[in-house]
Amino acid sequence: MAPLLALVGLPILMLALSWLQVDGEVWSHLSTWLLPRLIGHSALLLGVVGVGVAVLGVGLAWLSACCEYPLRRWLDPLLILPLAFPTYVLAFIYLGLLDFAGPLQTALREAFGATPGWLGALARPAGVLPILVLAFYPYVYLLARASFSAGGLVAFEAGRSLGAGPVSVFLRVSLPAARPAIVAGLALALMEALADFGAVSIYGFDTFTTAIYRTWLGLFDLRAATQLASLLMAFMLVLVFAERASRSARVRRAERRTVPNRIVLRGARGWAATALQSAVLLAAVIIPLVQLLAWSLPSIGGMADAGALRLIGNTVMLGALGAAGVVAGGLVLLLAGYRASRRFTLLSELAASGYAIPGTVLAVAIMLALTGVDRVLETTLAGGLLALLLAYLIRFVRVAWGPLEGVAARIRPELFESARSLGASRWERLWRVMLPLLRPGLATAFLLALVEIAKEMPATLMLRPFGWDTLATRIYELTAEGQWERAALPALVLVVLGAIPAVLLMRRLGGRTADR
Amino acid sequence: MLARAAVPLLALLVLSACSSEDPVDRDDEDSPAPAEAPVLEAGDAVATTAPEEERRLVVYTSRQPHLVDPLFERFTEQTGVAIDYISDSEAALIERLAAEGEATPASVLITVDAGNLWYATDRNLLQPIDSDLLDQRVPAALRDPDGEWYGLSIRARTLVYHPDRVDPEALSTYAALADEQWAGRLCLRTSRKVYNQSLVAMMIERLGEERTEEIVSGWVDNLATEPFSSDTRLIEAIAAGQCDVGLVNTYYLGRLQKENPDYPVALFWANQDDSGVHVNVSGAGVTAEAPDPDLGQALIEWLAGDEAQAMMAGSNLEFPVVEGVEADPVAEAWGAFVADSMNLRVAGERQAEAVRLMDRAGWR
Repeated sequence: MAPLLALVGLPILMLALSWLQVDGEVWSHLSTWLLPRLIGHSALLLGVVGVGVAVLGVGLAWLSACCEYPLRRWLDPLLILPLAFPTYVLAFIYLGLLDFAGPLQTALREAFGATPGWLGALARPAGVLPILVLAFYPYVYLLARASFSAGGLVAFEAGRSLGAGPVSVFLRVSLPAARPAIVAGLALALMEALADFGAVSIYGFDTFTTAIYRTWLGLFDLRAATQLASLLMAFMLVLVFAERASRSARVRRAERRTVPNRIVLRGARGWAATALQSAVLLAAVIIPLVQLLAWSLPSIGGMADAGALRLIGNTVMLGALGAAGVVAGGLVLLLAGYRASRRFTLLSELAASGYAIPGTVLAVAIMLALTGVDRVLETTLAGGLLALLLAYLIRFVRVAWGPLEGVAARIRPELFESARSLGASRWERLWRVMLPLLRPGLATAFLLALVEIAKEMPATLMLRPFGWDTLATRIYELTAEGQWERAALPALVLVVLGAIPAVLLMRRLGGRTADR
Repeated sequence: MLARAAVPLLALLVLSACSSEDPVDRDDEDSPAPAEAPVLEAGDAVATTAPEEERRLVVYTSRQPHLVDPLFERFTEQTGVAIDYISDSEAALIERLAAEGEATPASVLITVDAGNLWYATDRNLLQPIDSDLLDQRVPAALRDPDGEWYGLSIRARTLVYHPDRVDPEALSTYAALADEQWAGRLCLRTSRKVYNQSLVAMMIERLGEERTEEIVSGWVDNLATEPFSSDTRLIEAIAAGQCDVGLVNTYYLGRLQKENPDYPVALFWANQDDSGVHVNVSGAGVTAEAPDPDLGQALIEWLAGDEAQAMMAGSNLEFPVVEGVEADPVAEAWGAFVADSMNLRVAGERQAEAVRLMDRAGWR
């Protein structure tokens, strides 16, 4: 735990140290002209994305884990796919489609002379919010579904047999049981949304991240920008702790081998479930995919050359190395916090708070920290691969920690007690009891981290050593001046690449109940 | 155990803060003894002294690879000097340079907008170049007075309009876009973009803060819709009828016109009877801690040569900085224009002021 905290703590300390000097003039400007709107926008973002992601994620998870309806087996594994789309790609595609000058509004104007107001609203800055919901609901869906699959039906049947109605059982039994998983997913989604820069800047929706950039690049004040970033982080931590404090005692359940049959939705209700899933897929996966394909067609032949293969290789290599580090970090956090005191929880949360730092700010902090270390130890860490892997660790350790916690929450402590009474040492208990039980969580964590790292752009851009260009950095280079059509091909490859771990994830998680 | 970990960390930080002049020897075996810098004849190719071993030059650039690749390849062909480059946003490159300090591998920084170049000089990340050739070829307004950076291509930021809905007779200056006749007809790009920040910075220098704020507030009042995140989207909005007039860099229109010669948006050179049209540059400088400053200077001089100038003008439809080099036909078709002759350093010096002013005026 200590080495992890040291690693993670150094850049975070850098952010905290930014408060050693405060420039009153800059802050008075920020608080007069920017902060009110920022806080309003951030609240709106948290509200809309939070509610949207929770409703969509939990609803879809319950349907696909515990119900039976037409085409379920086909639709279900696809629901995770939006995870493979970087938000900046989704945002660009939708803005292009829905804009005043875009094909949809143009066609409507030509046909009817006007376009409906809601369509125009989707192209305005706040139109980015539904896109973030589409991009981030898979976090909740994924974790909630795993939790529902693992025992949602057992509890549900028990509740029903006591004579309660389905809705009340769902709300009073199934939902609380899945709460740790849902909250872990929600935390991921909200942090990701607050730290997002690409999508919100394409739409012109001002949040803390865009203000950080404005302060840094417009007012030339890196310190105030860093202070803003640390405020954002502190705000996230408050959110997380508020949730932890209000969390009821964890519901632990036995893993049961025999799972009751799914709830069969008949007739119109079944088809309604099918329609809901299809609509989500259409908006979050199919439309963007078709658009990317359409843009890529002219250049699709160029994908097989050596340069392209190297980009793919680098992306996979960095993703795998980074994800391994992230999973190790997540495991350390889990073990340190497992049945530990509150003080430790605080430290773990702090260690996992890197998720809330916008990529560029984190990259600058790491750069400063490592060049400082380099100067003292005469090393060359700053320009090396380590710097980038460290950035991935700090930024994404929460991604691994969430799924691991979700699985760990369901391990019965009696197992450890028995192991101890049989004379197993601490390491044996970890190695022979804990890790095998955590295996599904480890795989989930690794795959999630892999997808996340492959999509990560700002830190990769800034910290990559020579020759480590990836698909994401290539997308940046091609889109730096807003020419998205040029970037469609690498974006398409990145999405396809990201879809592989996503599908693997689904197969793993759905394995026990999906094929029945 | 945490406290134990934290103490050395703090010590490290404190130490690193105090050890600015650490005599760390970073002599790599492969850094050659400085050979003679290639000599440049104005407009000619570099006259190379055949290198005994391959020399390498590291460049940090915020320009897109498809724009710099052909240039660098040609430079390598002519001089035998191989170029490694990292491309990233200008901000990240500047922070990277600052963090690396004397350990930086980069000898040259190439970026767009005088605001960014000025910021690099303000952070002491560039060094002055003493080059008669560059002083001769790059007009005084388009380079740093101390020779720390030089403009290499010109981009003009001017008015565009829809010819069916706007009579060009009605257009005149940037300031006039604040007039009532443009209410609900004007489109702007977001004030987050440095191009707009530089434009407003130059206006503050010329017209004073009060008058500039009046104009900018007038623009905001006249907006047809929220500011756009790119010039291209803005031009498309004018074509589609969302607004009638806007403010963009010329090459964005050039790209659309190249695809479709009948593109329904026209260009108007602003302020021709007054201070001239606002221009900015993409430019380069030699880094303060350059491992090979002579070679870095040679690259910048080569980029100011005729061949490179023509290549740059063709690839991004910008204007060459050097007189007598032809621009792309698409850009030539817009006709001659009078450019603002105020030194571009102002764009950087007043950028923070400009951003604050834009915030006050409500320009998102």
